[in-house]
Amino acid sequence: MSNLPVTMGTPHRELRWAAGIVLAAAIWWGLYANLTAFADFAIAQLGLTRASALGEAVHFFLFDTPKVLLLLCSIVFVMGVIQTFFAPERTRALLAGRRLGIGNVLAATLGIVTPFCSCSAVPLFIGFLSAGIPLGVTFSFLIAAPMINEVALALLFGMFGWKVAGLYLGLGLLVAIVSGLVIGRLKMERHLEDWVQAIQAGTAPGYEGTAQTWVERAETGLNHVRDIVARVWPYIIAGIALGAGIHGYVPEDFMASFMGRDVWWAVPAAVVLGVPMYTNAAGIIPVVEALIGKGAALGTVLAFMMSVIALSAPEMIILRKALKPPLIACFVGVVACGILLVGYIFNAVL
Amino acid sequence: MKQVKVLGTGCAKCKALVEMVRQAADAGGIAIELEKVEDMARIVGFGVMSTPGLVIDGKVVHAGGLPDAAKVAAWLQQG
Repeated sequence: MSNLPVTMGTPHRELRWAAGIVLAAAIWWGLYANLTAFADFAIAQLGLTRASALGEAVHFFLFDTPKVLLLLCSIVFVMGVIQTFFAPERTRALLAGRRLGIGNVLAATLGIVTPFCSCSAVPLFIGFLSAGIPLGVTFSFLIAAPMINEVALALLFGMFGWKVAGLYLGLGLLVAIVSGLVIGRLKMERHLEDWVQAIQAGTAPGYEGTAQTWVERAETGLNHVRDIVARVWPYIIAGIALGAGIHGYVPEDFMASFMGRDVWWAVPAAVVLGVPMYTNAAGIIPVVEALIGKGAALGTVLAFMMSVIALSAPEMIILRKALKPPLIACFVGVVACGILLVGYIFNAVL
Repeated sequence: MKQVKVLGTGCAKCKALVEMVRQAADAGGIAIELEKVEDMARIVGFGVMSTPGLVIDGKVVHAGGLPDAAKVAAWLQQG
C-alpha cells in the first residue's frame, strides 16, 4: 500500500469507507454471479417451469429485477462520485470562451458527467448564456445531459453488452453535437424570451470550488444512489413486468412484422410515438429488451427510447419559460431528425 | 432577523429545503424571515445554476441538491 497524502477528514473514516466499498463490491459480485441460479430456484419453488408462458414470464421478471437493480446501484454510485468533480459552475467555467465546433463537442461530453435535473434546466441554461457561452453550445449540453445518462448506459451495458452501450454513447454524443451546431447556425437568439435576452452576455464569475474529501465524495455517491433508486424503482418494476409479459406471451417474431429492420417507416413512427411519452431510461429499457427478443430491430427500438428520454413534454414546459415557441419547435425538430438518423444507422450496422 | 430565501421552482427538493430551514430555525430558536423565490428571473439573478439554492442575508450559501441538516443549522447560526 502506498502512502497517499490525506488532505482533510480523519484517516479512520476513510479506512472504514474503503473497507465498506470493498465488502459491498464482493457481495455485489456474489449476487450478480448467481442471478440465473436464483431465478431457476425461485420458479421451481413456485411449481413453474420455463416451458410454460407464465413460467417464462415469471423467470424473466425474477432474473431481470435484481440484475437491473444491482447494475443501477453500482453505476449510479460511481457516477455520483464522478459528478462531484463536475459541478455545473465548473462545467460553465470550462465552456466559457469556447466557440461553436470544439465547444459543442466539449459541451456534449460534459453533459454526461455533470449532474443534471430537468427542474434546473432553465437556471442552468441562463447561467451558461450569461457566461457568454454560445446558444448552440448550450444546446449541445442540454441535449446530451438527459439523453446520455448513467442509468441508460448502465442498463444498455447490462442487457446488450458494451457494443450497444458504446454505440448509444457515441451516437447520442453525435446527435447532441450536431443538433447544437445546427441550432447555433440558425441564429435563434432572438427567439429567447425577452427577459433572457436582457440578461444575456456577460462574463462568468470565476469558479470557486470547495475542496472535497474522498469521504465526502463517497457520501455524495451513496446519496445519489438513494435518490435515484428511490425515484426510479417503480418505473423499473413496471417496465420489467411489462417486459416479462411481452417475453412470455407475445409470439416469436411478432414484432418483426412492424418493428423489423425491413419496415422503413418504423423508425419515424417510433420517434413520433416517443415524443409525447415520458418515462426514464430505467422504465423503458426492460421493455426494449423484450421487444428486441421478439424480433424488433435494435435501431428502431433505440430511436424510440432516445425520443422518449431526450424529448419530453415536462422538459418542454420548463424550457418554455426561457424559450419562445419557434426555438422549442426548432429544438424538437432538430433533435428528432438526429434520432431518426441514429435509428437508421443502427438498423443498417447491426 | 435573518433574511432567508430558498430558490427553486417547485421541485420536491425545493420544498424539502424550505421545511429543513424552518425546522433548523425552530430548533435553534433563530428568528428568520423565510421567502420562497420561484420567479426564474430572480433565481437566475442570484447566479445560481442548480436548484434548490439557499440565500442568507443576500449571500448564496448553497446551490444544487439538499444540504446536510447540520450545515443548514450552522449557516443559520453564523453572523
